[in-house]
Amino acid sequence: MRKILNKSFLLMSVLLLLALTACSGNSSETTGKDESGQAGKTVKAKIGVISYLSGPGAAYGEAITSGFKLAQKEINEKGEVNIELVTEDSAGKQEQALSAAQKLMSSDDIVALLGPTLSTEMNVVGPEADLNGIPIMGTSTTAEGIPQIGEYVFRNSLPEALAIPASIKKAVDKFDVKKVAILYGNDDVFTKSGFDTMKKTAEKMGLEVLTIETFQKGQADYNAQLTKIKGLNPDLILCSALYNEGAVIMDQARKMGIDVPFVGGNGFNSPQVIEIAGEASEGLIVATPWFGEKDDPKVQDFVKKFEAEYGKKPDQFAAQAYDALYIMAEALKNAGEADRDALRDALAEIKDFPGILGNFSFDKDGDVVMDPTVLIIKDGKFQLFE
Amino acid sequence: LLLEQLINGITLGSIYAIVALGFTLVFGVLGIINMAHGEIFMFGAFIGVIVTTTFGLPLWVAFIAAIAVTVILGYMLERFALRPLRGKQGVSHLAPLISTIGVSILLENLSHHLFGAGNHPFSNAFAEINFKIGSITIYLVQVLIFVISVILMMALSYWLSKTKAGKALRATAENLETASILGVNTKRIITLTVIIASAMGGIAGILVGMAFNSVNPQMGLSMGLKGLAIIILGGMGNVKGAMAGGLILGLSETLIVAYGNSGYRDAIAFITIIFILLLRPQGLFGQKTSEEGR
Repeated sequence: MRKILNKSFLLMSVLLLLALTACSGNSSETTGKDESGQAGKTVKAKIGVISYLSGPGAAYGEAITSGFKLAQKEINEKGEVNIELVTEDSAGKQEQALSAAQKLMSSDDIVALLGPTLSTEMNVVGPEADLNGIPIMGTSTTAEGIPQIGEYVFRNSLPEALAIPASIKKAVDKFDVKKVAILYGNDDVFTKSGFDTMKKTAEKMGLEVLTIETFQKGQADYNAQLTKIKGLNPDLILCSALYNEGAVIMDQARKMGIDVPFVGGNGFNSPQVIEIAGEASEGLIVATPWFGEKDDPKVQDFVKKFEAEYGKKPDQFAAQAYDALYIMAEALKNAGEADRDALRDALAEIKDFPGILGNFSFDKDGDVVMDPTVLIIKDGKFQLFE
Repeated sequence: LLLEQLINGITLGSIYAIVALGFTLVFGVLGIINMAHGEIFMFGAFIGVIVTTTFGLPLWVAFIAAIAVTVILGYMLERFALRPLRGKQGVSHLAPLISTIGVSILLENLSHHLFGAGNHPFSNAFAEINFKIGSITIYLVQVLIFVISVILMMALSYWLSKTKAGKALRATAENLETASILGVNTKRIITLTVIIASAMGGIAGILVGMAFNSVNPQMGLSMGLKGLAIIILGGMGNVKGAMAGGLILGLSETLIVAYGNSGYRDAIAFITIIFILLLRPQGLFGQKTSEEGR
């Protein structure tokens, strides 16, 4: 009897050990090859990546790091700049993002940080990076006020404050909207800030807001909120949600017989919505910096490479991450050396950089200057909404 | 509209109830809060998705596969996480709780690797069947969920009170040592309990997948916590209590959204639970006993 117990203990501890190593293997991955002995012109730099790699939003971290890795491979192949990525997991938590950032910052080799994934995380990591004088660029942090944290803080993700009004305006013009219902996730800065913009825009345009409903991340059942909205008969539903929740919301809404169009924020903009919700996703309107069907050889080239590498279509997060690393590489090339301050100045001077998202510039705060494209899901795919 | 919201509430409540039944069974016998139950439930849902969507097999195969997988998981849980800790000198009574938390984290991370982090759709023709009464759309799945939860509850209480195995189980719950002296194979009973509870989790997983068309690795956690609240509300280890508690929580959550503010949904639902517990500390159906059976 005792022997069996002991054996099972042993087995369990082995299992636990395996689980532990699996976890740690995931959280701090070092990617990149040491290609020493290149010509003297090559700028070699280590860049820290803080990403949401485990937990409810791990899908974003996955997309983002995929984008980075693809860009890294291409940049290093070109040979002008050699970038090594040091990846840390933030698990979507502020304190973990901060300690990951501190770990990366304390290493003198690391000249810049990319990430973290969520605006909530950036709100704590940004000030710390600014204080330490290390350039940090968010690739998915779209809440208001992020680049204003400090002069070392940048982002290349289109803020909702630019994207949402563009999409609402087009939807209102097209469908002659008078009454709207708003639905948003109230436990995330990202969706909350999207909601603030929606409400402000709706009020500014003189639309009647029938009701404001909330939900939480990871919720499965939205029938109660949707039944209420259905009873109020809105012309349009403004929904500030991440795609995982958003797709399920649309599915349940359509099943219930709500057939008005939806306007979503940045987080709602992903081909995954179509995959998850299928036909129910018809009529979702989003403004996006990223449109994978764009008639641009650069864009098509990226989509092809990404699909070959990861077996799925890149979403906005992968595309933004991809461009972000290219912007970093460009700045490093212009700076001519792997130095934090020189890199910051070079970043601030990026203007009309031709990325896959479009022509990209930073404004004086380090925020995005570019034109969003408005899309609608029709016939099972995102199409230009006109 | 009220009727529609009531249907929503009952559907949600029935799902909570099925999850809570699994919880309450394990707690009733072992006195252990099985934190891995939510994750086993999640695995059941994923198996359902894989069988119906990826392999395109009919729904009954999905149910059988999900039950089979969750039964295996339940057995492993008992064999490797619970049994080694049972009846040993110096093992804290919190140890099994912690080891089930460990299993739940293991399963959640495992499903991240196996299935990816995103939501998976549960597309099935069966989930689309609906009928209209006036302006109200009722889905067959909603009815099915309610019926299955009631059947499970009744079958479980019958099984517990009338059959030999059920009596043995209750004897084990009363006192493990005495039961084993009296010739009850307690080891088998305990394994059986965990397996049955897990299988119920698997069934609940598929039902949720069909009703809400949303399956993701995080669904286990929130369901697990709600299930926990429900068994406390209904009375620890009480089958009818789990059912009633599930329906109360489901309905109150839905009605708060319908007639109040959705932002306060969970807050008000849980304040209700606290309030009920203040009035009836032993839970709705709990018995006033000075000593809890283990």
